[in-house]
Amino acid sequence: MPAVSKGDGMRGLAVFISDIRNCKSKEAEVKRINKELANIRSKFKGDKALDGYSKKKYVCKLLFIFLLGHDIDFGHMEAVNLLSSNKYTEKQIGYLFISVLVNSNSDLIRLINNAIRNDLASRNPTFMNLALHCIANVGSREMAEAFVSDIPRILVAGETMDSVKQSAALCLLRLNRTSPDLVPMGEWTARVVHLLNDQHLGVVTAATSLITTLAQKSPEDFKTSVVLAVARLSRIVTSAAIDLQDYTYYFVAAPWLSVKLLRLLQCYPPPEDAALRSRLTECLETILNKVQEPPKSKKVQHSNAKNAVLFEAIALIIHHDSEPNLLVRACNQLGQFLQHRETNLRYLALESMCLLASSEFSHEAVKTHIETVINALKTERDVSVRQRAVDLLYAMCDRSNSKQIVAEMLSYLETADYSIREEIVLKVAILAEKYAVDYTWYVDTILNLIRIAGDYVSEEVWYRVIQIVINRDDVQGYAAKTVFEALQAPACHENLVKVGGYILGEFGNLIAGDPRSSPLVQFNLLHSKFHLCSVPTRALLLSAYIKFINLFPEVKGTIQDVLRSDSQLRNADVELQQRAVEYLRLSCIASTDILATVLEEMPPFPERESSILAKLKKKKGSSKLPDLDDVRRSVNGSTDHAENTEATETVSAHSFTDKLNLNSTPSSGPSLLVDVFSDVSSPAATDMSEEHFPRFVCKNNGVIYENQLLQIGLKSEYRQNLGRMYVFYGNKTSTQFLSFSSAVTSSDILKTQLTVHAKTVDPMIEGGAQVQQILNIECLSDFSDAPVLSIQFRYGGTLQNIAVKLPVMLNKFFQPTEMTSQDFFQRWKQLGAPRQEVQKIFKAQHQMDSDVAKAKLLGFGVALLDGVDPNPANFVGAGIVHSKTTQVGCLLRLEPNTQAQMYRLTLRTSKDSVSQRLCELLSDQF
Amino acid sequence: MIKFVLMVNQQGQTRLSRYYEPVELSRRAALEAAAVRCCLSRNKDQCSFVEYKDFRLVYRQYAALYVVMGVTHSENELSIYELIQNFVEVLDKYFSRVSELDIMFNLDSVHVILDEMIQNGHIVETNKSRVLAPLTAINKMVDG
Repeated sequence: MPAVSKGDGMRGLAVFISDIRNCKSKEAEVKRINKELANIRSKFKGDKALDGYSKKKYVCKLLFIFLLGHDIDFGHMEAVNLLSSNKYTEKQIGYLFISVLVNSNSDLIRLINNAIRNDLASRNPTFMNLALHCIANVGSREMAEAFVSDIPRILVAGETMDSVKQSAALCLLRLNRTSPDLVPMGEWTARVVHLLNDQHLGVVTAATSLITTLAQKSPEDFKTSVVLAVARLSRIVTSAAIDLQDYTYYFVAAPWLSVKLLRLLQCYPPPEDAALRSRLTECLETILNKVQEPPKSKKVQHSNAKNAVLFEAIALIIHHDSEPNLLVRACNQLGQFLQHRETNLRYLALESMCLLASSEFSHEAVKTHIETVINALKTERDVSVRQRAVDLLYAMCDRSNSKQIVAEMLSYLETADYSIREEIVLKVAILAEKYAVDYTWYVDTILNLIRIAGDYVSEEVWYRVIQIVINRDDVQGYAAKTVFEALQAPACHENLVKVGGYILGEFGNLIAGDPRSSPLVQFNLLHSKFHLCSVPTRALLLSAYIKFINLFPEVKGTIQDVLRSDSQLRNADVELQQRAVEYLRLSCIASTDILATVLEEMPPFPERESSILAKLKKKKGSSKLPDLDDVRRSVNGSTDHAENTEATETVSAHSFTDKLNLNSTPSSGPSLLVDVFSDVSSPAATDMSEEHFPRFVCKNNGVIYENQLLQIGLKSEYRQNLGRMYVFYGNKTSTQFLSFSSAVTSSDILKTQLTVHAKTVDPMIEGGAQVQQILNIECLSDFSDAPVLSIQFRYGGTLQNIAVKLPVMLNKFFQPTEMTSQDFFQRWKQLGAPRQEVQKIFKAQHQMDSDVAKAKLLGFGVALLDGVDPNPANFVGAGIVHSKTTQVGCLLRLEPNTQAQMYRLTLRTSKDSVSQRLCELLSDQF
Repeated sequence: MIKFVLMVNQQGQTRLSRYYEPVELSRRAALEAAAVRCCLSRNKDQCSFVEYKDFRLVYRQYAALYVVMGVTHSENELSIYELIQNFVEVLDKYFSRVSELDIMFNLDSVHVILDEMIQNGHIVETNKSRVLAPLTAINKMVDG
């Protein structure tokens, strides 16, 4: 085998790398790199032809520089030239450079394609392999078009070398992923499936990956692969390791291939053919048996490889969910792993068991492990393992053990890691509701949740407890008594004040008979919390007070005095002031009858799926569905939104009862800070953060930025051409931030279109504290850019710079407009000039759900017009964009085509730049 | 599928990176830094699989060097964990006891080995001698 570095040619490389390693500062490193880049550039440009070693050396240097995070903007042409060399070493380096540094939309692709074509035709297997690797790794559309017909041919041709077949299989897989429409199916399907029978296990491994991907897309076409996969698997698991010498890994026969075959079988239901089915069962039993056998090696690699196959076999057993015997055996095996000394095994066992818990055959067997799992929750030293234990407890919960599990989760919550608290809160809330036999237990549990982890109790949770109390009159008295008692605590969480205020406002009369909780005592208790609460909670409390006036005429005078005080009637907050004024007037002028009608008890809420469950589903959905991160986020945002609009509809009939929904405009969803604990951990970045920006197009509140240190939440409201944004900076650390400053900057063009005035903030944020900054926004004329919030502070001696793109978009200045069908069409025709209309047809990025789409459009700011479009599946909306100088009317139409998974969006406004910008903003949301 | 393979040392310096899904250069640095932080903050008692954004990191530590793979949830964690071991064993065989310096100074060979084992995020070959075949051939040509 070769020595570390060979020959004199590489000495330059060694010197360069050593230089870099010796650099004392980042500046020195950059300087050294720039010097080297200049050197290489001059060599490439020089007249002297470079020999293979020099080229190799320079390419290695470039790769190294690239690895250090510097962009390489030259050398591509030289690399392409190397491809046509006849020397293997030069060709190989050329390909390496290209597959690492060239992205799929490079304009060099055509030149590269030529070289690849030559190599594929060369019949030299090593050259062919290099070319196929390159296609597999770059995989651009242009490459797909050029080679899509050659690759299947190479793959199934009898004379192709094994290693070439392997590369060809993965190459085809790549093209199928990037350009599925180009890859022809049919003629070669049967021959591809037949590769599972190939003599060579390397070919089988590559082919199995390919077939699995294809089978997921068109299971019918690849159905025959089941027979071959079972046969192949059976030969592997029953063979003595000696038969597969080359592919035996620490005495385990072909572990990676076995895993892949088992994964392929998970694309299909259990085989119908009895013989085949029993052969598969036999395989699975053998795999289960092998784990019990004495290990052939003490090495951890041996047991890991064996268990990798075992876990995949269990996944298949769970997927089939048809053999009770196997399911129970799998459960027992996993039960053993729960106490294994390897953390990895405990983690995976907890995860697999979660799935077993949902099968009717193994649910009971899983339940027998409850003590072990509870113990894991208490003793595991790794938060991710504890998280799995929580998941499993949740999955195994049923009526028989719900009290125990909820109690354990509550007690764990007291010490749980911040990262998983919100999820535990949601889970406890759901279990408590689902398995509540008597609702007093439910109420106690939720109040406990608020007591233990109030900050993590999202709005959905406390909305839900109120919904349930209102819908069940058997628990109302108990709820009133319990919240009254809970509120006695000197320091109680604001969420408790909200629930307490709401419930006492509705049902305080049920406990008013007891002198210890007389109306005045109740009122004084609530009012003692008033001054410590945030504006929305105060608004809710004011509503509770007016309800008290109706319930208890004897405290009317006291409450009126409170409402009349300057701190209420002249409160700086518009909402509070308005409520105080209106409630005071109402209490003075309305007769008892009117008061009783207006302030009647809330009617029961319509029964629907718990919003908490929907939230949790979404939360969990993400971990099961890869590559859907963004989908989940926006669906999450918009569903919060759907909830909100629904809630608004439910309560809007009752003028003073919108306590559940304190945001008056439908566009401001109640999702403030609910996403705080989603698993977004953006690394500290000095470049501009805009990843959350698109989520704010259709909503106004939420978390715009978060890293390890700082979380920035937004709450905003808009009226006509004015807006106000509350920016909340939360210090997540326990150390204070010093010299904190934040400013809003706009491009020169934007400055003429939008003014943003930021109030100054305190230069210091204590550890764990949150400060608020108010931004006043005025839209002068239509705009398409966005202002940037630049934040600077000192944390533990280092200066942190953060820039966040602020979600102030043109559509925020929308006022919805209702109009009749006739008016709509008349205006639609008036706006018929070619540039006034902008149309975009695009593929749906998210699931096409009409309620979600509706919520998004409402969040976007337009009014939805029913009965205008003859096709009820289409959406038609209208609104006016307000700026200081002009008002621009806007009509829009969104036509979903669920079959093609496409949307067509048409916008007509009187100003072409407005049409353009609104179309850009909205089309990204679906 | 496998989204990326990283080799990083305890100082957080990347020694090898290979992405099987396009990731912008600016995001790579952030991703690599986050992966290292994640590995360094964990001890031997903690499990080798970490949820990260919408995928999972599987990592293994060899002295001061970490090998990290980002995989989708459809991958079998233990098989990836052992794939890392197999990769390192191949490097060991080729360099006769591989060290961080070997990887730095022979980046091209390490890439060739990795390409023989993983292509666009899928395992292609696990047999050590077959993985090394192309490199052995090159070295023969050069020597001869």
